[in-house]
Formats: sequence, structure tokens, C-alpha cells
Amino acid sequence: MTSTEQKAPRRSLWARHKIFETNSIVLVIGTLLVISIGGLVEIAPLFYLRNTIETVQGMRPYTPLELAGRGIYVREGCYNCHSQMIRPLRDEVERYGPYSLAAESMYDKPFQWGSKRTGPDLARVGGKYSDEWQRAHLAEPRAIVPQSIMPGYPFLEKTELKFGDIVDELRANRAGGVPYSDEMIAQAQSDLKAQATPDHPGQADLEKRYPKAQSRDFDGNPQRLSEADALIAYLQALGTMVDFKLYDDKANIR
Amino acid sequence: MTVGEMIGMLIAGACVLPLILIGALTENSGYAFHAMLGAAAAAASMILIGNRCFDGSPAVPPQEIDGKPNYTMGPVKFATVAAMVWGIAGFAVGLIIALQLAFPGLNFDLPWTNFGRMRPLHTSAVVFAFGGNVLIGSSFYVVQRTCRARLAGDLSPWFVVLGYNLFILIAGTGYLLGITQSKEYAEPEWYADLWLTIVWVVYLLVFLGTLRKRTEPHIYVANWFYLGFILTIAVLHIGNNVAVPVSILSPKSYGLWSGVQDAMFQWWYGHNAVGFFLTAGFLAIMYYFVPKRAERPIYSYRLSIIHFWALIFIYIWAGPHHLHYTALPDWAQTLGMTFSIMLWMPSWGGMINGIMTLSGAWDRLRTDPVLRMMVVSLAFYGMATFEGPLMSIKAVNGLSHYTDWTIGHVHAGALGWVAYISFGAIYCLVPWLWNRKGLYSLRLVSWHFWVSTLGIVFYITAMWVSGILQGLMWRAYTSLGFLEYAFIETVAAMHPFYVIRALGGALFLIGALIMAFNLWMTVRCEEAVDTPQAHALPPRQLATA
Repeated sequence: MTSTEQKAPRRSLWARHKIFETNSIVLVIGTLLVISIGGLVEIAPLFYLRNTIETVQGMRPYTPLELAGRGIYVREGCYNCHSQMIRPLRDEVERYGPYSLAAESMYDKPFQWGSKRTGPDLARVGGKYSDEWQRAHLAEPRAIVPQSIMPGYPFLEKTELKFGDIVDELRANRAGGVPYSDEMIAQAQSDLKAQATPDHPGQADLEKRYPKAQSRDFDGNPQRLSEADALIAYLQALGTMVDFKLYDDKANIR
Repeated sequence: MTVGEMIGMLIAGACVLPLILIGALTENSGYAFHAMLGAAAAAASMILIGNRCFDGSPAVPPQEIDGKPNYTMGPVKFATVAAMVWGIAGFAVGLIIALQLAFPGLNFDLPWTNFGRMRPLHTSAVVFAFGGNVLIGSSFYVVQRTCRARLAGDLSPWFVVLGYNLFILIAGTGYLLGITQSKEYAEPEWYADLWLTIVWVVYLLVFLGTLRKRTEPHIYVANWFYLGFILTIAVLHIGNNVAVPVSILSPKSYGLWSGVQDAMFQWWYGHNAVGFFLTAGFLAIMYYFVPKRAERPIYSYRLSIIHFWALIFIYIWAGPHHLHYTALPDWAQTLGMTFSIMLWMPSWGGMINGIMTLSGAWDRLRTDPVLRMMVVSLAFYGMATFEGPLMSIKAVNGLSHYTDWTIGHVHAGALGWVAYISFGAIYCLVPWLWNRKGLYSLRLVSWHFWVSTLGIVFYITAMWVSGILQGLMWRAYTSLGFLEYAFIETVAAMHPFYVIRALGGALFLIGALIMAFNLWMTVRCEEAVDTPQAHALPPRQLATA
């Protein structure tokens, strides 16, 4: 190979490549240019093409309690085994429900679409099982589903939920574009407690701020506002915000 | 005391108090632990730098001794040992989580031991801790040798190696304590990400500085790949981790991107963590260590030029194949699929360039198990980079996605390619770094090779069967048009394959333990036990025959 290289005419493409081989800064610039193209073409349009996220009715930011529950979901790494993305394939739609819309995860930081279904998809698990089923299943999955290989999370209902910085959590979300209003942020602490306490007077306001928010004692233990309360509130909200009886899938075709 | 030492001590000193303060004020115990760990690391680095100043050695080591470059090998040695230690830890955690899937009681229903927290520990330990240390160590070795120049900077190479391992420690303990952003392969939270960014920029500067100091006219091809890896990982890391911390006293942050855009950023990052961390970086290792071990020049210099530019250009497009049939717009999915299929060509070009380097030295495969390991790694690379484009085709992906097929594919690449080429490089490096004539035992290398190859075969075949089986069961219909299996039935069907997979993982771990013993004995003993380290036949003889 070396002999042909020496014989090659000076102006050949191979000889011109020498500039990259002898100048590290040129190599750096060349590399940066080459790796930028693909990312720019694939990512940048997603921020301005309007048909990336269809407009649907019903989407709202998570309530403070749901957000705290999502924090538990994220902390325990549920995405390692559960997806939240129903593909438009016949078997998936029949098994899990209507396929997932881009709009349904528009307030998800981070997105939890997942890449592995060691367990079933959870995009529309909200309302599928009772709170009591969720609580018992989280605590001891094999007591409910004998063949399950899911780890047990009995500590969730025994751990007090920490929500001291829920106001800052909402603020951080707003900084990234989630439309939490000043009012939502100011009331975050009381909204969180109201949603987890049966017959709390703040529930009417909560539901005004977050339509269709479900308020009750999720873990069956009114004495404690536990991590299970928050996680179950989040799970029961999953996939329930868009009403598919009203959703018009043709409306977004442009 | 040099200026660098002074600045280093000042910065480290300035960090101690604020970190202790954060640790004392935060309500999150895991975050407090990390702050204290940081404070301890800062204090330790002050002591270490102080020690250097007063231990009597010259403040600035000479660049050359007797006209030969005075190479810096300390950080390379550290990274090599760290790679071996992290590797064994990572393989062991992998075995544990494989067993958890087969026998769920092993989760012990505790927060710190459940699969959800252990799995990122496994992936980060093998990819970033084991792989990262191999890459940093070998790049520091290769860039010095091929530039015939001492590493740029004196403290900074140590800062890179130690700082990187501190990042690993923070990331790994964080997962177990429940500190994670739950983005695959980008789990560390904002403060760990910031720290890694600083370490990585210094890494780039050390690497570029060494290239600048080179006494060779050309930058050797391995260094292009290392540079491509370092640069692109910096871009990807920053792009995917732009986040707003909840507060300085909270380990939690919320990313700037959400939903679809976040998904696209994540898999642009995720797939190119494969492309640039696990591929470009290890191809750099191939381009140095395979020719070195085979004592042959690289097969085609022109092919390596095409290989480099085509690989880095095409890889970056492939991310959307992780999002087929999702809510990502179709045009992006199609682009991702198209470029993934095109990626087959540069991948195989690189494989051919590596394997054909053995032209005229094929006999060495019989006598040198280290070279055999590296060539088999290239074969696995070829296999995985054929399987990848296949799985990126939407129709295939519709079946394979969300199943164990993906896990099997990843491990064909990770165990067969990344780990094997790393093992080969480490087997070469240890005798070179510790001035030994050769390895303690080539027979043990052979044992390592066969035990772990058997392990890989168990692993990937089990995952092929379980993945395709589960994919087919999910979409199976009865003659009356109902879904045939409940989800839980498909879980139960996986059990035997999960047991076989764990067996494969155990064999792979045993192989790594054999390797660690062999390396330990190499460093400890001056002489090899089984002497014929040299090849049975002089290489030229066969080449001319």
C-alpha cells in the first residue's frame, strides 16, 4: 500500500487528505462538521415542524402529587422493564389501548417511553386496576400474579413522601417549558396534600387547576402520605388525560 | 511548586468548604453522601499535590531522557488496573441481575437491591467504568507512542483518570441510593454530569496537547478514532443532559427537552454512545493493538481513511431506529432506518481492515491466544454490525423491539467485540507497562478465551430464542381472532432462557477472573511459567512461503 501511495499523483484525493493527518485542529474541525449534520437534520425540525406534536384536548401538566409519584417511578428505574409507548400495531392496540400520541408525553421530563418490556406497557395503565390492586401488587407482586418476576416494593407504603421542594420542582419544570401557572406553583404544597387526603376542602380548586385530577387516599392508609400514595396517583393518571371517544385522528393530518 | 500545582491546590481547596456545606444542608441523604465524597476527594487531591511538591523529585519531569521520550505511564497503569476491577464488578452485577430475572426473590424487596436500580449499575459499570478506563488508559498509551512525545500536562492526565473514576463512583452509588434521571446510559444526575464535563474537557485538552507535541509528521489513524470518540462524546453528553436543577441542595433536575424531542435527543445520544464510545474508541484500540500484536502494518491505509469519515458521518443518523413505530414522526424513523442500513458498509470495512491485517500472520492465531481473542472480537463486531442494520428495518424491529433480542444483540457487541478487544489490549499492555517479557501464562489466556466464548454463545443464543419467542407470542392470535397469550404467559415462557443466560454470564465472569489472576501473576512474577511466548514459527517464513 505504501508504494502506491508514494506513486500517486500529488493532487489526488488521497494526497489531499494529508491536511487532516498533519494538523490536529483541522481534524477537530472536520470531525465536528461531519458529526453535526445528522443530528441537526434529525433533531432541529422536531422543534418547529407543527405536525411533530398533534394538538389534542385534555393534556395538562401533572398535579404536584402525580409529579412526586413520577419522581418515585424515575427513582426506582421502572423504565428498565416497562415501556410507556403503545405502537400502532394491531396486537398492541388490542392489548393496551389506543396507540400513544406524541402529545401525551409532551410534559414528560424525562420521557419514559422505555426500550424493554420485561413487564407490560404502562402508557394506559391508569384506571385499569383498583388502587388496592396497585398497592398490594407493588408490595408483593407474586401475591397477586404468581408468575410475575417484578421486584417487590413494600417499602413504598411505609415511607413518608418527602415533598419539601415540590415548589422548586414545578419551577424547574416551568423553566423547561411546562405551563405551570404562578398559581399552580404557589399552591403546589397544599394541592399535593389535598389530592391525597379524602374530602379535603382544597380538592375543588385542585380540579379547576388540573382537570380530571383524581383525589383520594391511594394507598389505603389515611394516617400516612406515603410514597405509594404518590406513585399510585401517577399510575392511575397514566394515559387517561386524552379522551379517545372525542379524539379525532384525522384532524391532525396536514 | 509549579503554577499548575498551585492552581490545582487552590481550586481543590476552594471546593472543600462549599461541598461540606451542601452536604450538611441538603435533606437528601444520598446527595449529602456525594457532597462529602466530593469534599474528601478535594481534600485528598490537596494532600497528594502537596506531597508531590515536597518529595524531592524535580518539579517538572524531563520531556526526554537520553534522546528518548519520557513517557507518562502512571495514569495508564492506574486506568488499566481500574478497568480490570470495574470490569469484574460490572460482570458480577450483570450476573446478579440476570439471576434476579430468573429468580425474582433475589431482589430481596429492598430499595438498594432491586432490579430497577441494579440494572443501570451494571450498564454503567461495564460501559463507562470498564470500557471508559480501557479507552482512557489505552488512548494515553497510544497517543504517546504514536506521537513519540510525553503526555501534555503533568497533573492533568492524573486529573483525568482519577476524576473520571470519581465520576463513576458518584454515578454508581447514586443509582443504588435512588439518584438517577432515568435516561438510559445517561442516568447520572446534573452534578455528576457537570463534573464529567470538566473531566472530559481536560481529557480532550491533554489529548490535543499531546498531538501538538508530536515528533512524528503524521497523526496515526488510531488517534483519529480516539479524537472522534472524545469530541463526539462531549457533544452528545452536553446535548442530552441540558437540565435545570431543582435547587443546589437537591440532586434532582428536569431536562430542558420533553416528550418526543427528549426521546430523539436521548437516542441520538444513546445510539452514538454505542457508535462513538463503544465503537470508534475501540476501533482506535484495534488500529493500534492488532497491527502491533500481529507485527504487520494495517491492511489498507486508504480503507482506514474511508472507514473513519464514513463511520462518523453515518453513525450519528442512526438513533431514530430505537424509536420505530413510536410517536416520533415517520420521516425521522425512516431516515434513521436508512442510515442504519448504510452503516453496515463502513462497519464491515473496518472489520475487514482489522482482520486482513493478519495477512501473512494467520499462523499466529494458532499460537497466540491474545491475537486470537482480538480477531474473534472483530468477527463478533462484524456479526453485531450485520445484526444491527437488520434489526433497524422497521418490519423486523416491529418484532424485535421491546424484547430480549435487543439485549442479545447488545451483548454480542459488548461481550464479543468491546470486551474481547479490551481484553486483548490489556493482555498486551500489562507486560509492556510493568516491563515483563510476556504474560504469566498463555495457557490461561486460552482458558479465558474458551470459557468466555462459550459464555457468550450461551448468552446470545438464549436471548435470540427468548426475544423472538416473546415477540411472536405477543402478536399471536387464536383462530377466533383473540390475542392468544396473556402478557404474564409470555413472561413465564422466558424462564429457561433467563437461566441459560445467567449461566453464560457466569462463564464470562469466570473467564475475567482467570484473566485477573493471570495479570496479577504477570506483574508479581518476573518470569513466565510456560516459556514459548514467541511464535512457533518466525512470522516472515510463512509470509514468504
